[in-house]
Amino acid sequence: MSFLTAEPVRLLLALVCIMAFVGLNAAYLVLAERKGAGRFQRRPGPNEAGYGGWLQPVADVAKLLSKQLIVPPGTDTILFRLAPLMVISPAMMCLAVIPFSQTLVARNINVGLLMVFSFGSINVMAIMLSGWASRNKYAIISAARVVSQNVAYEIPMLLVVITLLMVTGTMDLNEIVRQQAGWFWHWNLFKVWVNPLMPVTFVIFFICMLAETNRAPFDMAEAESELVAGVFTEYAGMGFGVFFMAEYANIVLGCSLGTVLFLGGWQSPFGLWPGVVWFLLKLYALIFTVIWVRWTFPRTQFYNLLNLSWKILIPISLFTLLLSSAMIKLF
Amino acid sequence: MKASILDVPRGFWSLLVGMRITLTQFFKPVITVPYPHKTLPIPARYRGPIELTADPATGKALCIACKLCERACPSDCILVAGVKLKGEKKKSVTEFKLDFTKCSLCGACVEVCPCDAIRFSKNYNLASTSKEDYIFDLVARLQAEKKQP
Repeated sequence: MSFLTAEPVRLLLALVCIMAFVGLNAAYLVLAERKGAGRFQRRPGPNEAGYGGWLQPVADVAKLLSKQLIVPPGTDTILFRLAPLMVISPAMMCLAVIPFSQTLVARNINVGLLMVFSFGSINVMAIMLSGWASRNKYAIISAARVVSQNVAYEIPMLLVVITLLMVTGTMDLNEIVRQQAGWFWHWNLFKVWVNPLMPVTFVIFFICMLAETNRAPFDMAEAESELVAGVFTEYAGMGFGVFFMAEYANIVLGCSLGTVLFLGGWQSPFGLWPGVVWFLLKLYALIFTVIWVRWTFPRTQFYNLLNLSWKILIPISLFTLLLSSAMIKLF
Repeated sequence: MKASILDVPRGFWSLLVGMRITLTQFFKPVITVPYPHKTLPIPARYRGPIELTADPATGKALCIACKLCERACPSDCILVAGVKLKGEKKKSVTEFKLDFTKCSLCGACVEVCPCDAIRFSKNYNLASTSKEDYIFDLVARLQAEKKQP
């Protein structure tokens, strides 16, 4: 059994686990989303396939897999095929540095936070490429929207993360979690003595995370009422399926990052269960909030979306950055 | 300036109010009816395709084949035939065909009937792929109903 502990084998196993985690999450978060949408609208949601609809994801995947992968004439074939892979692979790669528990992390890099954000920005380029490659006007409009939206929301997101970074003083995600040991007021979310605006930074982080993952109410990339399906218009079968998986993988990634940075990761106030349980509990609470937000608010108009970022979120996050640097200098 | 700054917390508060409303709905019970498994009670005045009524004493159709309904029907979708049986005062119906593809459920036949032999049924599961399925033989249907219960 000694080969199991060898580093390459361990990494390979971790990669397989991450891919399984992403796949299962994508499949069952779609069900959770539809069930949640149903409950928010006082209807049961999908309930025919299996007991209470538990087999719905299996049926969905079987349907997607059995469909032909159509490449429309006139598209840039290579980019068109490559784009779904480029959307999903950075999300999976980023999960490698997320500490699910004290030891359960594929690769503990001391610049994990930097890695997540650098790979996270590939997502935008991949969506833009898919829009460009599919030679469809809806896809191009959608790609342009995605780029301007992501550029707008990357700024407050990074400002908030810099604020947090000044508090923690490290980019090692596991170390950030370790600093939040103790009761829940030791979580970065409630560290108001370091920066009184810490809960506000979390809210900004959450809003930016919604915008970066193109989730409702910021789903301008897939505004089905105006752009058919946005950049996904020309994709059929599993090509579309991979985009869908990537959307949920990005939600999982964004929520795990929020958990690690603000909610104390695998730390628990009273170690009742192992750390990974606490991590998943916080993660799924955040994901539930994402679904909750989606089925509460209507889609924003595009200029309102940009106004929110440039006129509200960026000034507030700049102010929190200034405030926390002043607080660190003074005390 | 002051108004636009105050707009931010006010707007955020309105978002929270919206989220509270949806969350309270989330925990309330489901109000839809899973149709093929469960159905709602049909209102008393529901108008389905007409059916013949039977005499509760004898179990025979009340219809006397007077053909008033056939004449009253604006869409010309009823066809009635009857014979005078020996030992009975009135005629008895032998054939009552309803072409439901033409029927507009106006109710003229029900109103005109002198002996209340026609009424609206409560059938609504009427989907079919062939046109012939909508030409109902109401006498045969009444006899089938008599055997069943």
